Amino acid sequence: MSNRLELVANGDRGIIMTRIFDAPPHLVFDALTVPALLKRWLKGPDGWSLETCDIDLRVGGAYRYIWKNDDGTEMGMGGTYREIVRPERISQTEMFDGNWTGGEAISTATLEPFGDRTRLTTTVAYASPESRDGAIQSNMEAGITASYARLDTVLDDEQKEQAQ
Amino acid sequence: MTPDERLDATFTALADPTRRAILARLARGEATVAELAAPFAMSQPAISKHLKMLERAGLVAGAIDAQRRPRQIVGAPMAEAVGWLEQYRQIWERNYGRLDSLLEELKSLENQAKKGKPQ
Repeated sequence: MSNRLELVANGDRGIIMTRIFDAPPHLVFDALTVPALLKRWLKGPDGWSLETCDIDLRVGGAYRYIWKNDDGTEMGMGGTYREIVRPERISQTEMFDGNWTGGEAISTATLEPFGDRTRLTTTVAYASPESRDGAIQSNMEAGITASYARLDTVLDDEQKEQAQ
Repeated sequence: MTPDERLDATFTALADPTRRAILARLARGEATVAELAAPFAMSQPAISKHLKMLERAGLVAGAIDAQRRPRQIVGAPMAEAVGWLEQYRQIWERNYGRLDSLLEELKSLENQAKKGKPQ
């Protein structure tokens, strides 16, 4: 089994990301919950870094991330922990500053031993108070893979059409 | 519409198989509501509703109310939606790539500690 990232739709309002890591669960758990370690890898798009990472790792505790771009642009996100079971499970609420994803999401990371490796499964359930068919969740309803394939077809056809 | 709102509308529009089929049909050339409704077991008003959503997302051009007016596909918002998804995937690929390196480091630190070597 490869360590490739799998990204699929989950029901009508979620995504599931799965990835294998060549390390035991307790180390992956640390990398997901210790600020100094998170800052090392959770950088986001190129040119961004995780500038602020405050974590109160207990049920009901808050966390806050602020990413900063080379040009000084900031993007913040935060929430509270709903469940913490070291080293196998972390569940938290997620809300971006400015609410650009349309509502609060619930993100759950599950760490399973996989030989001497770890399978990390991240399930994100989006909720959009403004609209049942909010941004990301509607897309997930369609299924990223399926809509990708369809979009490719549509865009291909369209390009051929325009080339004629 | 802000870029975010437009993206929302795009995703909502693409979340429905009928609407995706309409887009696929329009990708082959412009069509009227009657022509679009033909392959589906659907009334023209139902197809019109789907078209309104596609128009709001900027995926289809030619709104107004004329039933006979041919509709045309518009490419830019879809390219934008694909770009956004692809970006999302790439961000996580890179994050996880960095996490791989970090975990290698943590593993060797742990192994050193187990062997009782000074760190």
